[in-house]
Parts: sequence; C-alpha cells; structure tokens
Amino acid sequence: MLGFLRHRATAGGSAVPLLQGALQKVRTASLSLKSYSSAAKDMNVREALNAALDEEMAADPRVFLMGEEVGEYQGAYKVSKGLLQKYGPERVVDTPITEAGFTGIGIGAAFYGLKPVVEFMTFNFAMQAMDQLINSAAKTNYMSAGNIPASIVFRGPNGAAAGVGAQHSQCYASWYGSIPGLKVVAPYSSEDARGLLKAAIRDPAPVIFLENELLYGENFPVSAEVLDSSFSLPIGKAKIEREGKDVTITSFSKMVGFALKASEILAKEGISAEVINLRSIRPLDRHKINESVQKTNRLVTVEEGFPQNGVGAEICTSVVEESFGYLDAPVERIAGADVSLPYAANLERMALPQVEDIVRAAKRACYRSIPMAAAAN
Amino acid sequence: MYTGMVTLQVLDTVFYEAQRQGRISFYVTTIGEEAINIASAAALTMDDLVFPQYREPGVLLWRGFTLQEFANQCFGNKADYGKGRQMPIHYGSNKLNYFTVSSTIATQLPPAVGAAYSLKMDKQDACAVTYFGDGGSSEGDFHAALNFAAVMEAPVIFICRNNGWAISTPTSDQFRSDGVAIRGQAYGVKSIRVDGNDALAMYNTVRAAREMAIGEQKPVLIEAMTYRVGHHSTSDDSTKYRPANEIEWWRMQKDPVNRLRKWIERNGWWSSEAESELRIDVRKQQEKLLRETIERHPRDYPEDVPL
Repeated sequence: MLGFLRHRATAGGSAVPLLQGALQKVRTASLSLKSYSSAAKDMNVREALNAALDEEMAADPRVFLMGEEVGEYQGAYKVSKGLLQKYGPERVVDTPITEAGFTGIGIGAAFYGLKPVVEFMTFNFAMQAMDQLINSAAKTNYMSAGNIPASIVFRGPNGAAAGVGAQHSQCYASWYGSIPGLKVVAPYSSEDARGLLKAAIRDPAPVIFLENELLYGENFPVSAEVLDSSFSLPIGKAKIEREGKDVTITSFSKMVGFALKASEILAKEGISAEVINLRSIRPLDRHKINESVQKTNRLVTVEEGFPQNGVGAEICTSVVEESFGYLDAPVERIAGADVSLPYAANLERMALPQVEDIVRAAKRACYRSIPMAAAAN
Repeated sequence: MYTGMVTLQVLDTVFYEAQRQGRISFYVTTIGEEAINIASAAALTMDDLVFPQYREPGVLLWRGFTLQEFANQCFGNKADYGKGRQMPIHYGSNKLNYFTVSSTIATQLPPAVGAAYSLKMDKQDACAVTYFGDGGSSEGDFHAALNFAAVMEAPVIFICRNNGWAISTPTSDQFRSDGVAIRGQAYGVKSIRVDGNDALAMYNTVRAAREMAIGEQKPVLIEAMTYRVGHHSTSDDSTKYRPANEIEWWRMQKDPVNRLRKWIERNGWWSSEAESELRIDVRKQQEKLLRETIERHPRDYPEDVPL
C-alpha cells in the first residue's frame, strides 16, 4: 500500500490526465462507429447503478461500499442488492447512524489509498457530514499541494421524491457545485447512471453523485456498448438529448425527463427546443451550453432546487459572460418555489417545476426579443 | 394508563391498515413500545417540554391530542395544524408542549438541552424530556447534548428507547458499549437502565428522574429496554432481516399491554369483558372518525382510493 501511495504522490496529477486522454480517444472513436439507437435491452437506473458498483468492485479490490442499510437490507433503495452476499462484510459495510462519523471514516480510508463509495440515505442527511465533506474531502488535496488526494464517491438520492416533505426533498446540486475540489454529477438515464458512476469511482477526486429516488425505477434503453464493463462517461461533459434550433433548455436529473416532455409539446406549436442534459454540475460544460445558445439565441434553465444561488443562476452568468451578443431574449429560469417543500400532494405540485412551467418559459423566451438593430454595432 | 396503551395500539392498527389501503401515504407504528410511551407520559406534567423522535405518539395521546387531530395530521388536510406541510406522523402541538416531530435522527437532543437550560434560568418547576432510539445514540448530536447537559446542569431527561433495531441494523452493529446507559455515565449524567415493557417500572423511573432533574437541576438518562415489534415504518418489511419467530416471541410473550392487563386483572380491577368492550369501542370510534375525516375533506384525499 505504501508503495502505491508514494507512486501517487510523485505522479501527482500527471498520470491521470494521460489515462483520461486515452479513454477519451477510445470513446470518441467508438462513438463515431456505433450509434445509440441500436438498443440492446431496457434497464432501469437502479439496475444500472447496481451493475456499475458490482463491476467496479470486481475490477478493483480497493473499492468498497459503506453506508446505512447497504448490506443486510440490500440498500435503502435496493441499489446495493446482492453486493453483501457477493463481496462479504469487509467490502460492504453497514454503518451505525452517524453520517458525520462514517463520512469522515470513508475519507480517511481514501487518504490511505482505498476507494470508498459512501452512500447517504438521502443527501438531506449528508448535511450532518458537511464539515467532513468540505473541509476534509474537498479541500485537503489542494491544501496539501496534491500530497493527500482522496478518491472517494458520495452517492445517494437528491432532490424531491413524492410526498416526503421538506427534510427529505432538498436538491443540493448548487451547494456542492460551488466548492472547488469536488466534482458533482447528476445522472438522468441508466446510461448516465452507469457511465458516470464508473467514471466517478475511477476518478481520483472526491465526487458527489446525485441520484434521484423517482428515477431508480425508470427504464431506459441501453446499447451493447453501454453494457460493456469498461464503459464510462467523461465527467464535465453535457449531452444534447434533443437537438433543436429555437431555444436551449438546460436541465439535469429528473428535470431532463420533464424538459423532454416539454419539448414535445413545444414542437407541436412550432418551437424546436434543444434539450441539454448537463450530466455534470461541476465542472459545468460551459462550452456546450454556450455553443447551443449561440445557435438558438434563447435559454431556459430548469432545476428542481431553490432558485436563489442555484445552478440556473450560474448557467445564466456563464452565458451572459460568453454569449451575451447572441441572446435574443432574457434568460428564463425555472426552479422550485422559494419555500421549504410542503408534504401535501397539491402543495408539493405547486412548489416543484412542472412540464407546463417549462413550456410557458420557453414560449416567453421565444416571443420576447431585443431588436437586432440595437445589438448591432 | 391501561386504556391509554390500548387506545394507542388500536390507533396504530387502524392507521397502519389505512396506509396499506392507500388512504395515507406513510405511517410509523409504536407496537411493542406502548409502555414507554404512555407510562413515561403519565409520570410527567403538562409543563414538561417534550422533544420526541417519531415513535412516541403515545405521549401526545396521553396529553390530550385527540384521535381527530392525529387523523388530520396524517391526512394533511385543511384542519391539520401543520397545514399539510409535513409527512404523516410528524405531529406537534404548542399547547401540549410537544415539539413537532422532525425526520432527522437525534437532532432534537441539543434543543432539548437548550430548552431545559432556559427552564432552569426561568426557575420553572418543569423539565425537558427527549426521546430517541438506540440508533439515535450513535449520532454526534447525542454526544454533544449529553455533554452539554452535564456541564450546564440542565434539568433534562433523556429517554432512550433501546428497541434492538435501527431499521435493519441490530444493536450489535450499532455500538459495542454496554448499551446506552453506560454512555450517560461516561458524560457524568446519572443513568439508569429499566425494563421498558414494564409500565409500572417505567412510570416510577420517569417520576423519580423528574424529581431528580428538577430538584437537583441535573440531567438524567433512562435506557428503556424493549423491542420494536412492528416494522420500522410502512416502507419497511422487517422479516427481510430478522426471523419472524423472534418478532412473534416478543409480540406474544413480552407484550407490554398484555403484561399490564394481567396485573390489573389479577388485582380485580379489570376483566376480559371490559377488555373486549374497550377494544371494540375504541376501534369503532376510530374507524368512524377516519370515515368522517375523509368525508369532511374530500379534496385532500387520493382520488383513486375507494372509500
């Protein structure tokens, strides 16, 4: 183990980008050869995550899983089903109820050179572990000038489910997205979940992996390439889920589904929306977002979390900084209501973005415009 | 006290079944811990501030929360004090001095100590009482709260419902200390371990603890040993991680309600006729109440569930 640590310390960051670069080359090559429309089978997000964990644990003996109910109970949401039986209690650790405790312990194991995957029953409970996540995981690599990295993944459900109240429904994408030293990803489909989890586990930086409870059971077609055990998606790259030319709609996690539904409604009214699945909150794929806005000239950002200081606010600023001249309308922001999420079903519906809200915002962006003459010169 | 425990049992059964029928979205039962709930509540006064976890509706029941109010909260209808903002079983009542239930584990402990401290500063003849489970004793908040309570000499009673399970985690995976009572001792808090299924023992212990807390202005920790007969919540199936015969044994042999019933029957204060009368009565009352609540607030009821 010590030899391994020495290797990491001396290699610093140089070895990894080389590897990542190689992976990128392999990936782009295969992308040009295969197309995703040849769906081999349907897989739900839960299965995708389970398979990804299984494969990574089999491939690398340093990877282990820890969290509340991950072992005997098969996972609070059954994501770690079968893993205890397969790998034993040394690699699938059921922890006592102390997020601050087991997060710190996981980070310590990562400092030593292991690769923990820490599960939070929901990211709402991870607030108990905030100090460890930020002060220990995010900052140590920088503060030690690269001598003490931590390759660790924190995963769990994030954002609203259905009728679980304020303390089970907050979206933490913007909180973690503002911290240097962390990588933050939010998958949508099974392909996203599988590829991003594998990438996260292999990544030398601490990664916050934001899942969504309601997506666990949703089925998505996955191609044979995705099912391959070496498959992974690059962190920091967004995906154009649907190409369009009139308005760009950015979204992540569950909201991608909503944005896609909205784009179908918009298409019937003659508005061609381009839907971007951000996949990665930090680093944000600013290039792709700006490229899209430069093409469509209009932007609607969609997120489930609270509006102030949210992901949409950051995207808006990025676009204003790099593509101001291309904007034909003010950026529209769709976010959850600025209130703790209520429990009652009717109130919850009013406090979270719905497909109609996205459609309305896209229309607003399309009918409001700054005269081009004023922008010229 | 006995009728309170029976009412709690029936209330639990009715609401649990209502959840299974799709009428409410979620429920947490207290089966097996009725004695802890009712007996401890009986030993306190209305001035004592209660900071519960989520398995103590019996305390609220004892204090006078009506079955109607329980139903309102679970349905999240217009009459709910929480205005439909909280999940079911997150009861709360200002006038009954019962702090609203919060989903997060052990976060109620430090505020309980703070409240006790304010009672001390105001020289009130009351204490703060807080409940939590064996799992909650692993949380950082538990340690902070106990330490502070000891240092600040706050009149707070910590009642730990050691029911053996934290969802699927047994106490052997939760801690390796000699239970929770010894942790109190480590912090300089007077601690006692009691049989949580013995209603009379619970009552006496809490009463003595209250006298000690207020009289000596010191914290007290009570570890009530019991067993969580029901599932963790309606989202759980505990037969997946523990043997069904273990659950049955605790349900039949060690049921706190039966135990108290046998004692009062032996003393001639109760009979099996009175027993069946009580149960049928309460059950009918509850079912009628549920129906009325649904009818009174039809818009706050799921459309696809038959009445």
